Amino acid sequence: MKTLSTLLILISLFILGCADTQSHSTGVYLLMDTSGTYTKQLNQAKTIINYLLGKLQAGDSFAVARIDSGSFSEKDIIVKVTFDQRPSVANQQKLKFKQVIENFVTTAKGSSHTDIKGGILQAVEYLDEAGSGNKHILIFSDLQEDLAKGYVRDLDKIKLDMTGYNVVALNVTKLGSDQINPVKYYERLDSWDEIVSDRGGTWKKINDLKRLEHILAK
Amino acid sequence: MTFLEIVTIWNNYIPISIAIWLLLLLTVFYFAKSPIHMAIRSLCTVLHDGLLQMSKSVIAASGKLKERNREVLLSAGMASVEKHIEREFYRVNTTVERDFSGFPVLKRQLLEQISKIDEDYHQSSNIPPNPPEWIEAVESLVKLENESSGNKAVANILKEIHKTTASQHKSAMDEYKKVVSVYHTALSKLMPYWRKVVKTLEIVGKSFTGLQERTTEIDSRMEEYENILSKSNKAERILSSSSMTQFFISGMVLAIAIAGAIINFNLIALPMSEMVGGGSYIGSFKTSDVAALVIILVEVAMGLYLMESLRFTRLFPVIGQMDDKMRNKMMIITLVLLIILASIEASLALMRDQIAINNQALLQTLSGNEPVSASGSIIPTIGQMVLGFILPFILTFVAIPLESFVHSSRTVIGVLSVGFLQLISFLLDLLAKIISNTGELLVNIYNIMIFPTLWVEELLFKKLKNNIENKSGNDTPQKTEKNLTLDKIDIPLKEAAS
Repeated sequence: MKTLSTLLILISLFILGCADTQSHSTGVYLLMDTSGTYTKQLNQAKTIINYLLGKLQAGDSFAVARIDSGSFSEKDIIVKVTFDQRPSVANQQKLKFKQVIENFVTTAKGSSHTDIKGGILQAVEYLDEAGSGNKHILIFSDLQEDLAKGYVRDLDKIKLDMTGYNVVALNVTKLGSDQINPVKYYERLDSWDEIVSDRGGTWKKINDLKRLEHILAK
Repeated sequence: MTFLEIVTIWNNYIPISIAIWLLLLLTVFYFAKSPIHMAIRSLCTVLHDGLLQMSKSVIAASGKLKERNREVLLSAGMASVEKHIEREFYRVNTTVERDFSGFPVLKRQLLEQISKIDEDYHQSSNIPPNPPEWIEAVESLVKLENESSGNKAVANILKEIHKTTASQHKSAMDEYKKVVSVYHTALSKLMPYWRKVVKTLEIVGKSFTGLQERTTEIDSRMEEYENILSKSNKAERILSSSSMTQFFISGMVLAIAIAGAIINFNLIALPMSEMVGGGSYIGSFKTSDVAALVIILVEVAMGLYLMESLRFTRLFPVIGQMDDKMRNKMMIITLVLLIILASIEASLALMRDQIAINNQALLQTLSGNEPVSASGSIIPTIGQMVLGFILPFILTFVAIPLESFVHSSRTVIGVLSVGFLQLISFLLDLLAKIISNTGELLVNIYNIMIFPTLWVEELLFKKLKNNIENKSGNDTPQKTEKNLTLDKIDIPLKEAAS
């Protein structure tokens, strides 16, 4: 009996020793720009979301939020889910998720301002809480920030740690001013790259939406 | 003081400073020539001797390992032949029990049949009736007829007698034929008995032939056993070759079994995620994958126990030593567990099919297409289920090649280890020789480096010799220039010899 109990303790210790300390799940937070004319691009965002729903597995987390005048808010999260461990249940959740997004895209109204930094702060908060091992923030926007009067988004004063975060800018459309002076477009991209890289994250831009397989690749 | 300051000792003029340094160094190296030569040679000798010693040790270890391998091989061969002989004796016992237990019955049948044949034979061997006694009278009358020829009365009497006799002869012959016919019938009745006797004897003959074959096999095994006992090289060669063959054949079968296990794994890994969750991990492996692997390994383990209980393999002596009752119980338990596991696999295979269909439908929906219904045929589903059910039983038979592989791998690993040790020994030997020659090479390189001083030394030596010769006049034998040079060349060789 003594030998048996010793053996059981040893086996338990072995199993506990093997227990996973690192999360292997993936967390994706997609920010959709709903400001101005960019609302017309939302159908493309739907394609990306459907692609991601197909790729994400049981146990992964996925949230879609809009970028509006004040994006640093839970209210801007359109839908969020952590998929069930059972694949069959996860499939049902994905179908519901798709339905919610379709409803949003058809009823979405344009906002007057664009608070991208607020959205990023909200995304980091959500993904940190979800405890995902692989964290991805996808920004579906032209990356032109336009804060409402009185809104302050000074990231230098916030201890924002983005280590392990993969930030992907999707469908970064060229603005009218970019046509006149392309330098502005590249400066805009570089400034976002700097914001993310300085805080430990990785930055990537994908404009060709036929190359979606690169979104979740680090 | 910087390095440059040390170098430029001559008034900051670098070429001269370097020349002075070279001269100093050459002088130092020239005077240190003998100790450095000795140091190089000593170091190389130490390394050479050390490596040779190591090589000898490795060869000795290789020899010991070879001897041990031989012992293990012979011992394994002996055990195997003993097992064969035991099995042959068991078969002989079975044959004797099966065929010769009925021998008394056969004997009785044979005796009965023989007595019946004997009886019938006696019945059929009656002597045919003798000719009637009146034949002699007839013969007398015939003589009388011949003597009294022309006597009509006698002729008539004789005719009548002849007529009567002929009719009596006919009736006697008829009677005789009848009796002979009865005897022939009796003899023909003997035929089936003869056949039975022949058949019975054939059965007995076959049993004897089977026994003879077994005894021939036992004789051959005994000869093999004696060869092994005498530890002959022939026996070792045969056993070694047999082990190699077994190793490769069983390895190939195991590779096939592993391929089967991989298919089995893919069949149950996906549905396992429904049971244990698709997002949890053990280490860096998905829990569902680990669970599927564990199920397959448990099936293999059950298969091993089953084969062990059936005495097909002898991997676990504990099971082999169990009494028959306990062993049978174990066999039934493992078989039941295997059937349960096979049923679980079949149901998982069904679930896998459904999950695959659902996933496909989801992807169709997400891509904006109408979900295409799965084909109406249930054959793939049934195929998967059948595969899931039979694969565990197929994996059960892994035990047989596994046992061969384990046993033969000891020999193969032993042979490879001996080869490896011999290779190491050869390399150490080679290295020792290289180091030994490198010592001489280093000495020569050193001499080349200080050749100006050696050249000066040679010049001085020549001059000194000439002076001594001039002073001593012609008292001592003259040495030629050539001889002096050769003497100088001989110096390093003498040093080397010392």
